[in-house]
Amino acid sequence: MSQSLISPSLATAAYLGAAILFILSLGGLSNPETSRRGNLYGIVGMALAVLATLLGPRVAAGGIPWVIGALLIGGSVGLYAAKTVKMTQMPELVALMHSLVGLAACLVGFASYVDTSVQFTGAEKMIHEVEIYVGILIGAVTFSGSLIAFGKLNGKIGGKPLMLPARHWLNLLGLLVVVWFGREFVNAHDVQSGMTPLIVMTVIALLFGVHMVMAIGGADMPVVVSMLNSYSGWAAAATGFMLSNDLLIVTGALVGSSGAILSYIMCNAMNRNFISVIAGGFGGGAPAAPKADGAAAEPQGEVVPVSATETAELLRDAKSVIIVPGYGMAVAQAQHTVNEITKTLRERGVTVRFGIHPVAGRMPGHMNVLLAEAKVPYDIVLEMDEINDDFPDTDVVMVIGANDIVNPAAQDDPTSPIAGMPVLEVWKGRTSIVMKRSMASGYAGVDNPLFYKENNRMLFGDAKKMLDEVLVALKG
Amino acid sequence: MRIGVPREIFPGEKRVATVPDVVTKLVKLGFDVTVERGAGELADLSDDAYVEAGAAIAPSAAELWSGSDIVFKVRAPTADEVELMHEGQTLIGFLWPAQNPDLMQQLAAKKVTALSIDALPRTLSRAQKMDALTSMAGVSGYRAVVEAANAFGRFFNGQITAAGKVPPAKVFIAGAGVAGLAAIGAAASLGAIVRANDTRAEVADQVVSLGGEFVKVDYEEEGSGGGGYAKVMSEGFQAAQREMYAQQAKECDIIITTALIPGKPAPKLITAEMVQSMKPGSVIVDMAAEQGGNCELTEPGKAVVKHGVTIVGYTDLASRMARQSSTLYGTNLFRLTEELCKTKDGVINVNMADDAIRGLTVIKDGEITWPAPPLVVPPKAAPKPAAAVAEKKGGHGHGSSGPMPAKTLAVVFGLGALAFWAIGAYAPAAFLGHFTVFVLACFIGNMVVWNVTPALHTPLMSVTNAISSIIVIGALVQILPPEAGSNARPDQLIQWLAFAGIVLTAVNMLGGFAVTRRMLDMFRK
Repeated sequence: MSQSLISPSLATAAYLGAAILFILSLGGLSNPETSRRGNLYGIVGMALAVLATLLGPRVAAGGIPWVIGALLIGGSVGLYAAKTVKMTQMPELVALMHSLVGLAACLVGFASYVDTSVQFTGAEKMIHEVEIYVGILIGAVTFSGSLIAFGKLNGKIGGKPLMLPARHWLNLLGLLVVVWFGREFVNAHDVQSGMTPLIVMTVIALLFGVHMVMAIGGADMPVVVSMLNSYSGWAAAATGFMLSNDLLIVTGALVGSSGAILSYIMCNAMNRNFISVIAGGFGGGAPAAPKADGAAAEPQGEVVPVSATETAELLRDAKSVIIVPGYGMAVAQAQHTVNEITKTLRERGVTVRFGIHPVAGRMPGHMNVLLAEAKVPYDIVLEMDEINDDFPDTDVVMVIGANDIVNPAAQDDPTSPIAGMPVLEVWKGRTSIVMKRSMASGYAGVDNPLFYKENNRMLFGDAKKMLDEVLVALKG
Repeated sequence: MRIGVPREIFPGEKRVATVPDVVTKLVKLGFDVTVERGAGELADLSDDAYVEAGAAIAPSAAELWSGSDIVFKVRAPTADEVELMHEGQTLIGFLWPAQNPDLMQQLAAKKVTALSIDALPRTLSRAQKMDALTSMAGVSGYRAVVEAANAFGRFFNGQITAAGKVPPAKVFIAGAGVAGLAAIGAAASLGAIVRANDTRAEVADQVVSLGGEFVKVDYEEEGSGGGGYAKVMSEGFQAAQREMYAQQAKECDIIITTALIPGKPAPKLITAEMVQSMKPGSVIVDMAAEQGGNCELTEPGKAVVKHGVTIVGYTDLASRMARQSSTLYGTNLFRLTEELCKTKDGVINVNMADDAIRGLTVIKDGEITWPAPPLVVPPKAAPKPAAAVAEKKGGHGHGSSGPMPAKTLAVVFGLGALAFWAIGAYAPAAFLGHFTVFVLACFIGNMVVWNVTPALHTPLMSVTNAISSIIVIGALVQILPPEAGSNARPDQLIQWLAFAGIVLTAVNMLGGFAVTRRMLDMFRK
């Protein structure tokens, strides 16, 4: 066997470098200016880690053609997908990619288990086997859960939560079975007898992943996507333990905590706790009860519809405008028209800003990416906390395809299912215009008193079509 | 039903109770509208414009009053006008029932229904669109600034001209109610330095939001030696307030006073000495002139010059902008009509179960129903939900602000210590090393990710996704390690599994970085 180019110590040093580069990569994202460099750090770190491994002592020369072949196949698929994906489809792409990480973790886990060349004994053997078991478990849940999330996000699977009867008991039963087979697996004497519990567990984990995401509805998707992001990290960390590789552990922990923090932020933005989102079912059964006994909270009054021309007039007369986009803008692909309107207004000296709610859209930061794609300058795109105080000084607030995130009931009505959820206070603007297809209630199934406010106007119709008309009227 | 709008006959009153735009809307609601000839003349609204909007013209007041089911007025009707009314008619206008008991008796005797727009329960948010007092006060506040500017011999805004520098005018506004706030806005947009005071400290933010500066009564300092009695405190406060006004009188060029106390004569805020201390050419606009004035030297209804200071005491500021105030007043009445006619069939229903309408209705079919019972429900209910929401917010304890309660923290640390002890006691050394790395990496990840700006959350996910394809290393070390072939290792199987693993992670790796790059390139200023 030929001497490898890189010694084990050198490989470890390279891993350390890669880990630092990954940390810098995430750190770079604190600011759009430094973010491009951050991405570069990530690429360099990854290349360093792969090269150090490939040229290191753990890969014999004969394996290199295999690796290059695999990288070429996978890489070209990945690059093609990255080039062609539409920005509105980002959540789907991200979910799909999570599933790949999950699947890879499973494969590596199985390969590691059937590998008889490394022998452990005693506590080490037990720990190694637990690591394999847990690694495959997380990998499988990530894989199937992400696939379902992907299907839900691109509409192949309906957005409504699937509510199996006694679903919590099913999950508990699954967990008990997994634990029991885990004991069997660790006690197994050879690979053959251990394989059955391992495969049974994998199947249960796959089913659990499917069930978990099926039970979660459309607007909770930001939490799910970030949670799966977290899982893919933990899967990598578990693989790292399995293979005694610190770089994998560090990277997995970074990714895992990043996803966990995002889930936490998303949950806060909806004023819901993580468990209740994961337990699922929001929008199905919950709002029915408050509606039945909370008849007094029904908003009263009339909605005032306006036309696109009147909207354009309101915008033209305004000094300051805040636009609040929601998932409806993404669905209608209206971001480019929004940018045109923004440009036209800014040329007329109108201050235009954007207010983004953390859970607007289907993944964290979704709206920012769409607006960036449409070339809206990012310095006029503000977060909820930054802009909420400015609504009273704003002449016109335009709400495009958002509902629950601008619902005043979250603040005024303690019986509302969304009570306490932080919302954009658009009703404090002098005039608000809500663009909506119809008077149907939002995802949470809660009626929105905003629509009945004195200073609110409704612009009914498809967001893209109506905005095009507004733009024509503005320019005319 | 037919709505009649007579010409206002009060001397100097230029307003009219409806305008052509509103007539169109009333007709849409199903009403017929008649306007007395020349009713809008003083507000620059011609009879032709009314006819064009769909109104009929009545040649005389008598004809108008007799032919209408509902009469819209601005000022309360005179005794002669009341004589023209007939049973079953409805009258809407500023009736001021507390100040006009005789009128109330006359109207009751005529067996009419009367709605006094000034009796609107203003605390109902639904009632805001009908709040004519607010719209009139807004017009008056604006006009007060215009009157002041007219009487003032200088620019409002500071200017640097070729002929030298002009300092900006300093305007002090006493009372930041609707009129006061409108005056602040108008004066600030003319470029003056605006200061304002109100005994209600909570309006300070509104003053600032309109471009004014809130002047506090410097009382606490004054009262610190004065003891704790309420009456003494109150006197101390008034003394401090007087001192503040005296100070402002010396410094400011224009004073606009809007201070009113319901049911009492206006408080005398500006004394004769304060007027004397003002610079010659200064202006005082006393918007409380009708209730006796906030300035001792005010002569209601007139503009007078005393000690070189012009004191404007006009009581008809809203009427001086007749077109604007008529439009606003007409719209308020239209909103009221909408409330009265929910069926949109041109027939009104004075629904006494409706809080807003109950408050407005001072005479119902000849029976005096004023004053309306106070609104019990809203003031009690209002603070409750707010408190509940606040409690809920606190209860959830979300947000990164505020440290965890000590108890929770202790429990967390306790559990953590227990877990670490268990790991330390039973796990082998090799595992502990990796575990250390893992825990530290979690902390670093936590610190780093909290710094990520929310706008970049999507790129964060795609880049972490790309980075998580580091799992490729796991596959790389399996594809053909030096140990291959030993210990009956199933080389073929592992190789294919590893190959598939590399393909999958490569998709992620290259795809993830590429799409992140694509996204980040879009974030441009």
